[in-house]
Amino acid sequence: MEKNYPNILIYLLAFTSGFSIMGIELLGGRILAPFFGSSVHIWGSIITVFMLSLSLGYLLGGKLSTRSPSLSIYGQIFFIAAIMVLPIALFGQWLMETVFLNVEDSRYGSLLASMVLFFIPTVILGMLSPYSVRLLVTNSDESGQVAGKLYFVSTLGSALGTIVTSFYLILWFDINTIIYSFSGILASLGLLAILVHKLQPSTKIENNYA
Amino acid sequence: MLKSITSLLLLGLLMTSTLVKAEVIHQERSLYRNILVEDNNDLRCLKFNTRSTQTQQSCFLKSQPDHLVFNYTKLLMASLLFNTQPKRILIVGLGGGTMSNTLAQLYPQSEINNIEIDPAVIKVARDYFGFLESNKIKTYAQDGRIFIKRALLKKESYDWIILDAFNGDYIPEHLMTKEFLQEAKALLSDNGILSANTFSLSKLYAHESATYKAVFGDFYQVTNNANSNRIIVVSKNGFSNNRINNSLNKQNIDKLDKTLSYYGVDIPLLYRKMINTKNNQDWPNDTRVLTDQFSPANLLNVK
Repeated sequence: MEKNYPNILIYLLAFTSGFSIMGIELLGGRILAPFFGSSVHIWGSIITVFMLSLSLGYLLGGKLSTRSPSLSIYGQIFFIAAIMVLPIALFGQWLMETVFLNVEDSRYGSLLASMVLFFIPTVILGMLSPYSVRLLVTNSDESGQVAGKLYFVSTLGSALGTIVTSFYLILWFDINTIIYSFSGILASLGLLAILVHKLQPSTKIENNYA
Repeated sequence: MLKSITSLLLLGLLMTSTLVKAEVIHQERSLYRNILVEDNNDLRCLKFNTRSTQTQQSCFLKSQPDHLVFNYTKLLMASLLFNTQPKRILIVGLGGGTMSNTLAQLYPQSEINNIEIDPAVIKVARDYFGFLESNKIKTYAQDGRIFIKRALLKKESYDWIILDAFNGDYIPEHLMTKEFLQEAKALLSDNGILSANTFSLSKLYAHESATYKAVFGDFYQVTNNANSNRIIVVSKNGFSNNRINNSLNKQNIDKLDKTLSYYGVDIPLLYRKMINTKNNQDWPNDTRVLTDQFSPANLLNVK
């Protein structure tokens, strides 16, 4: 098999989405603390919302991958994710204030705020996993191995996203700067994927099945 | 003076012997930490986790429950020089409730609200430290930041806010930011005072100082280099205000000394140890202020 550059790109993108998901999740605790405190239920709310959105994202991404999958659509999902991450920085303060004023119990307040801030971007980021599998698998024999490799890469990204964000990024940058950077990286990689697709119009993945 | 030296020696002896034959009379794991109550002859201490003496939260002598054992509780009393009659007091971080009990005795007419995030600590304070509550002394199991935000919405105000939510091991980072201090400042009455008991090491010392100064202007502090413990005292309207400076006169100091010596507090000594940062700023001017966006307090607080 010839060296497949789009495949390397897909792994890189999967790595980045894993990195961003956990980076944002970790920042979640710091974003919510001024309004909902730092009690253990804050993490309960955040982890619940992330797990819920990822599970829905997997379902939707899998469904979407059945309709003429392409690197271009894959890149577009990244781009949309990049945009959906922005409200966390742009309107987070206002959204949390509104929730704070309307919900007295900080458990439900933090749950609602997490939902409003993180649900949509995480669903979209979650869609990327099954979609990546679809783009990479060329025959059913190797599907398990490809999925395994992909989980390896994206979960490794998550691990790194967690440690880099909590050890270094928060020590160097403002929370919003980190969010904007995640958004910028997701958007650039999304555009890169679209570009690669345009430059290689022959890469028709749906015909590769044996 | 001699008396305070003796009591210091006595305390030193008691602390040292703690290492040898302290008896754990209560132990539990709460949502937030390990809680230990230790008895050592006459001295009873509340400890969080077990590692060092630095995590001792509150101690009292069973034979003299009114005597303030801990240095920092005494240091906190220096704040009374600036506001001698606080009517409404907010204490964030209960510990064994020693501060609340002492203030309740000093000011029986005043209202005291204690905020403690850990319900288990409240229970231990009631069961083992004689923490007193009444219709004037209330306790809320809540995060300090949320309590203050909600109190602002209810248009409440306090004459004295005491932040005692930090210990040597872990700092609640959202209680050390500019935004938080602005909220606390807004909750102070016109002559209101805020005192913080903190443990800042190395880099955090400068960041914390810069943050307090950014919100309150110059402040007073009393430090205890031995365990990097310091008390920061700030005022809603700053310390250039004449009325506040006038309260720092000999007469007030003597009066307060008379009331507080019973609790083992040496007010004239504290007065001499108090430093105003106006002429004694010991951190660089360009130190980055801690904000809700940038609050790596625990990462900065490493030895």
